[in-house]
Amino acid sequence: MEGSVLVIGGGVAGLQASLGLANQGIHVHLVEKAPYIGGVMAQLDKTFPTLNCCICILEPKMIECYRHPNIEVHTLSEVVDVDGSKGHFAVRVVQRPRHVDPSRCTRCGACIESCPATVSDDFQTGFEPRKAVYIPFPQAVPYAPSIDEGACLHFKGGGCRACEEVCPVGAIRLGEGVRVSKLNASSIIVATGFQQYDPTEMGEYGYNRYENVITSLEFERLISPYGPTGGELERPSDGKLAKRVAFVQCVGSRSHRDGVGVPYCSGICCMYTAKEAVTVKEKYPDSQINVFYIDIKAFGRDYQDLVNRARDELGVEYIRGKPGEIRENPLTKDLYVWYENTDTGEIGRKEVDLAVLSAAVLPRFENVRLAGALGVELDEFGFFRVEDHFLSPLETTREGIYVCGCSHGPRDISDSVTEASAVALKAAGDIRLAAGDSGG
Amino acid sequence: MSGNVSSPRVGVFVCRCGKDIGGVVDVPAMVEYAKGIPGVAHAEEDAFACSTTGLERIEDAIRSNNLERVVVAACTPRTHEAVFQSALERAGLNKYLVEMANIREQCSWVHREEPGEATDKAKDLMRMAVAKARLLSPWEDPEVKQNPNVLVIGGGISGMSSSLSLADLGFHVHLVEKEAVLGGMLRSLHKLSPTMRDSSEVLEHMLMSVEDNPNIEVHRSSRVKSVTGAIGSFDVEVESEGAEKEAFNVGRVIVAIGSDILRPQGLYGYGQDERIITQLDLEGMLRKGGVRGVSTVVMIQCAGSRCEERPYCSRICCNTALKNAQILRELSPDIDVYVIYKDLQTYGIESSALELNTKRKGVKLIKYQDNKPPVVTPGEDSISVRVFSPTINEEMEFNADLVVLSTPLIPVEGAPEISEMLRLPLDDFGFFREVHQLSPLEFATEGVYVCGTARAPKDAVESISEGLGVGSKAAENRFSRRRGRGAAFAEIDEKKCSGCGICIELCPYNAIRKDELGISRADSSLCGGCGVCAASCPERAITIHHFTDDQLEAQILAAVGRRSGK
Repeated sequence: MEGSVLVIGGGVAGLQASLGLANQGIHVHLVEKAPYIGGVMAQLDKTFPTLNCCICILEPKMIECYRHPNIEVHTLSEVVDVDGSKGHFAVRVVQRPRHVDPSRCTRCGACIESCPATVSDDFQTGFEPRKAVYIPFPQAVPYAPSIDEGACLHFKGGGCRACEEVCPVGAIRLGEGVRVSKLNASSIIVATGFQQYDPTEMGEYGYNRYENVITSLEFERLISPYGPTGGELERPSDGKLAKRVAFVQCVGSRSHRDGVGVPYCSGICCMYTAKEAVTVKEKYPDSQINVFYIDIKAFGRDYQDLVNRARDELGVEYIRGKPGEIRENPLTKDLYVWYENTDTGEIGRKEVDLAVLSAAVLPRFENVRLAGALGVELDEFGFFRVEDHFLSPLETTREGIYVCGCSHGPRDISDSVTEASAVALKAAGDIRLAAGDSGG
Repeated sequence: MSGNVSSPRVGVFVCRCGKDIGGVVDVPAMVEYAKGIPGVAHAEEDAFACSTTGLERIEDAIRSNNLERVVVAACTPRTHEAVFQSALERAGLNKYLVEMANIREQCSWVHREEPGEATDKAKDLMRMAVAKARLLSPWEDPEVKQNPNVLVIGGGISGMSSSLSLADLGFHVHLVEKEAVLGGMLRSLHKLSPTMRDSSEVLEHMLMSVEDNPNIEVHRSSRVKSVTGAIGSFDVEVESEGAEKEAFNVGRVIVAIGSDILRPQGLYGYGQDERIITQLDLEGMLRKGGVRGVSTVVMIQCAGSRCEERPYCSRICCNTALKNAQILRELSPDIDVYVIYKDLQTYGIESSALELNTKRKGVKLIKYQDNKPPVVTPGEDSISVRVFSPTINEEMEFNADLVVLSTPLIPVEGAPEISEMLRLPLDDFGFFREVHQLSPLEFATEGVYVCGTARAPKDAVESISEGLGVGSKAAENRFSRRRGRGAAFAEIDEKKCSGCGICIELCPYNAIRKDELGISRADSSLCGGCGVCAASCPERAITIHHFTDDQLEAQILAAVGRRSGK
């Protein structure tokens, strides 16, 4: 079949959509902003409700995409402008430099070793430093280092060329510049995913003030065998094993306070929390786990089972009620979680080693710029708006531009990949129409 | 067969999987040990064998050491076999010449506390894999016919969505509907969440599109009687009311048979008083213009779900109740509506907005606890509903004119028959189960897909997405003529077969038939390679390729420390 589809975002939804199209014989341009594909799922420890290792499920898809003859992966790239209409889009893509030539690089690691600049590692949610020239995780695709211009001394004007000097094969390209290319596509799929709410503004929980108050995404790195602690739940303040853990739901979600958080339910927190609680309990059977919640949302297949397993079999204590405050004992760095149990009216306090905040699912901040480039509308929160759920499902306000996964609101992995396949079919239909237009 | 089966050069790759294997199993010791196993020409370790560099190293090692068989001691073949197979192909080897030893799930994960013994066991698993690998033979996936036609069973919203999109792609679709008209559950609904769109408007639009589409052949008042064959070529028989039986061939099958709504006889007085109804009954009343003479309505959530008999959450009932409560308040602000719930299953942007709007419209939401369900007592003038509210720590009583039970979706009566016909497993409650939750659109029988509420409760929007999603799966690999199921399949030795037929009875894939001489014949395009036939054949006439007796015996001998005779 003639024609291409442009997929924006290389997370699990974007990968699935690309594979769906490629396996239908359609050429795909996969555009990813980061130097590597994989998205948020690559950072997660396990899936729910089946408790599979996330990267073990994602990585084969990453490799298949990267090596698929029908898929062209453009990392470090962003869409800046879209002309034309369904069937005949002309897309301008800006690619930032990697500064490392992957075709020359032998992955010896000399550049990383020699690099004098360190910066907080965002893949490990800041729990570890990394170098300015780096590979975020061992299974990263494409597997070649990239240079983070924001951290690199060379680009800060220091004239450092340490990596270039040690590279035995001359793969470092400090002079490489931005590249602009024009891609043609019959249709466009938006799969930019989400970002997590920063709960600092909710002062009552002390995030960023108390070291042992962390977000659920940070928790995922702490409990991951590929994370900074090798999977031991060592709390940030002193490395002590956290055996008393409080999970707080609806942090920034279902908020009706002016200017704080978002009013909607983030849809996935109850289930990832059940999974996280089960993981801790299975790893440390003597741990004491509390989950503070408003409503337990367990609406998918086997979801309620997982909650029941956490609560009834493993003894995770679920307390209905949103904590009013978390306070820290400045000497021990232990935390006190104050709450009202709305089932009993009782006011209580739990002393814990670690508090994990299930922070809201937010649209990506870049959605605003991307929506401008695509000429489509966002909803009041900044998610991509779907025009008509029933008659043109998963289509944005511009014909031929589709959306799947968390870029139009929170949803879990299973629903995201279902939608990714759905938009793959819609996009394939557009190619057929375009071929018909031109008499093909 | 290649001539050097007896002494192929085996390469062994031991994966550390970061700390996941390497933190428990002594990987360098494994590599040293591997070098001493007969037949092993090369052994090395890698931090992550499945990473791009890991695969490139395997490819390089195959080329530079002229390896003929490969053993990867790493994780489960379920997730990673295809990845390593692709490495063999890129290095010019047949992809079925790799054997995996699972030293992660079956070793390091479960023996974390005993690293010494874990290493010993990992060595055993590796030695067994090498013993089998030496006896592996190459295999070319057979070519199969790919009929571009598709069968869609069920003409509800998800079935129509699949049909329309596939038809737009140029596929010819047979859409089989048991009723005289298309539409399914959509015909009984009033307005659809989240946008309050009229169900009839959506239905009308879809019916017209189906009607106008020359690529969709609708079989009304029809049932699928049988489906035989495999991906690419299924023979279908359809029986229609007042017509002759039809037969046709398709390449893919989509099951979209929907679900029913529970009518909970006896629960909260349902069936004993006509003022106690289900949400579906209410939808019907609203379609006809509304409710009369009603001033207080009480809705009870989780009526027959999240209970012992049906522990699952039916996903749509909270949204349905909120939507209908809001509609009632819009019809008349004098109607008081109370929704009594356990956990409100509003999720995501639109359903959260629905919750907020419903509250703004003056609908009252009251929590009840699992162990204190509401008590419904019908009286002369009204129905008393008493419930303990933990929020105010008091029992509340409502005198309702109408009690609406939010009952769950349940599988349709015909689900087990379809399940058997297409060899699709059902879950504990009778919904069709996918292979894995993270591949929600893949099912046990290749080329057969399930969408909509037949798989699990979901709303109209989600049913459309799923209909399209399986459509995409059905359209995939349509041009590939190869069947990529794997090298495991049954072959029956006609000289040994006594024609007893035990294998035919047991085969879950209906892949074995008797020929005119009464001898069993296995069709490799249908065979799933499970091995049930070989294990039960009294004449030992059946060989499962890729799991031959020789290979298994070699593994067993390797396990007990002896080497196979060769």
